[in-house]
Amino acid sequence: MAKALVLVEIKNGKIKKSSLEGISHLKKQGLDVDAIAFGPEAESSSAELAKNAGSQGAANLFLVNSPDLNFYQADLYAESIKAQFTKGAYQILVAASSTLTRDLFPTLAVQLNGGLATDCVSLDVAGAVVTVKKPMLAGKYFAKYEFKAPPAIITIRPNVLGLGTGGGADAKIEKIAATGTCRAKTTGIQGQTSSARPELTEAERIVSAGRSIKAAENFKMIEELADTIGAAVGASRAAVDAGFAPHSRQVGQTGKTVNPVLYIACGISGAIQHLAGMKTSKIIVAINTDPEAPIFQKADYGAIGDIFQVVPALVKEFKKLLSAS
Amino acid sequence: MKIAVLVKQTPDTETKAKLNATGLDSTGLKFILNPYDEFAVEEAIKLRDALKGEAVVISLGPDRVVEAMRTALAMGCDSAIHVQTSEDDAKALDSYATAKALAAAIKQKGPFDLILCGKQAIDDDAMAVPQMVAAFLEIPRVTVVTKLEIDAASKKVKANRAVEGGAEEQSELNLPCLIAAHKGLNNPRYASLPGIMKAKQKKVDVLPLATLGVSAADSKLKAVSFELPPDKPAGKIFKGTPEELAQQIVSALRNEAKII
Repeated sequence: MAKALVLVEIKNGKIKKSSLEGISHLKKQGLDVDAIAFGPEAESSSAELAKNAGSQGAANLFLVNSPDLNFYQADLYAESIKAQFTKGAYQILVAASSTLTRDLFPTLAVQLNGGLATDCVSLDVAGAVVTVKKPMLAGKYFAKYEFKAPPAIITIRPNVLGLGTGGGADAKIEKIAATGTCRAKTTGIQGQTSSARPELTEAERIVSAGRSIKAAENFKMIEELADTIGAAVGASRAAVDAGFAPHSRQVGQTGKTVNPVLYIACGISGAIQHLAGMKTSKIIVAINTDPEAPIFQKADYGAIGDIFQVVPALVKEFKKLLSAS
Repeated sequence: MKIAVLVKQTPDTETKAKLNATGLDSTGLKFILNPYDEFAVEEAIKLRDALKGEAVVISLGPDRVVEAMRTALAMGCDSAIHVQTSEDDAKALDSYATAKALAAAIKQKGPFDLILCGKQAIDDDAMAVPQMVAAFLEIPRVTVVTKLEIDAASKKVKANRAVEGGAEEQSELNLPCLIAAHKGLNNPRYASLPGIMKAKQKKVDVLPLATLGVSAADSKLKAVSFELPPDKPAGKIFKGTPEELAQQIVSALRNEAKII
């Protein structure tokens, strides 16, 4: 039986849902699945992680820690995963697409002499054949690829595969030593906020605003709506270029590609570059004064109105509903 | 200081996808210099001016990619290397094979102290070739870089890398290394008219793919099929007072879409 190793990431002492999606999906495809996690938080929350990983079907959870791993270190991650992947004779290496894994996995592909497909929206393992589908031109079309031979190194877009029902036994914890030296060394991190909001690329709900938000401080209104429904906050390129939002919030072809269950576009006209970054959202709500705005052609629900009036009304309405249920 | 800038020619961001059996139908497509590569080109020119040396732009692909390199030359790069492929080969080379060929070209024309590139190309969005080139060359690298400091004498490099939530990792490494540029690293200049005129005279070295010992057979992936995303049925449009609009949206999300 084919064996897969899944690199899992941790947030607030738990394995991220997007990482668990990979474990669950590979297990459903009949593979033997193990997980690997890095850093001090992996060690201190190991019991919880073993539960998370095991519940979705991972048999073993490898923990890697060393003093340098307070931060992401590409060289240590790559060398340590390579050592474990080789030792365990795996054929498939999987992770959820993230800033970390998209940096790391190309290096591992060269080091493991394997093929790489990033940000995939499907993954099928049939015998020795691994097939993936990935968005091209920011989702304007899709390409299906087959790996010519193992190993297959794959990152998967969050919120695509979904989770299984869970219920598996806790994964067996095994601590392994970090290998390699930091040729490029992460020495610190700045500007980290302990925001309760989810990350854009992994969020299941997103509220975004365009240039009609008119000023950076007006984003407070968007944030209030986001916080009411537990959403992340995004922006169009027009809003970012006008200085109303930082680039880290930009959704679209030269920003982030997102895939939430709910995307609420507030005062976004829907330029092709913006649509490219969010059109795979399951449900799109658009609020715009211009009935001709292209966003309405992609929206499941469109509201013709002024965001400065509709967004506060929406906050009220959501609060009413959520406090009642 | 010898700097290599790796650039890719990509379809314009306005492109509407039309497909054929081999992928994107390139008839009538408008091509541009990959937007993230502009930050790499700008950084290379700035560093070349500050530290003295040369900035060499390198691109892999069919003859049309020389156009993208001319843009970099017009901005101020000194010379260009064209890793020349056929249109078919360009499509058949995956990230792995592309990086292998670029690394071979860099080795042959080097040594380079610094390799710059955009963090990602907007056509396949793989975000893979920079790290893979560094891995083939066995040099350190940092990607998604928004701030870069280089001390040429000590060969020390400091780079900031954008991560989730607007935070930045700070990292340290030594030359030679590879840096993949992100928006925010600088403000790319526009090519001036004299720059555009001069670019026409600048040297473009041609390295046919086969001379680098790399071919489509080095690709680890093979394309099976291509498809357009399914068309969404037309949605509902609500009209009314702000309160009515809010009620209609929330009700639709709760009762119809069942996601709230």
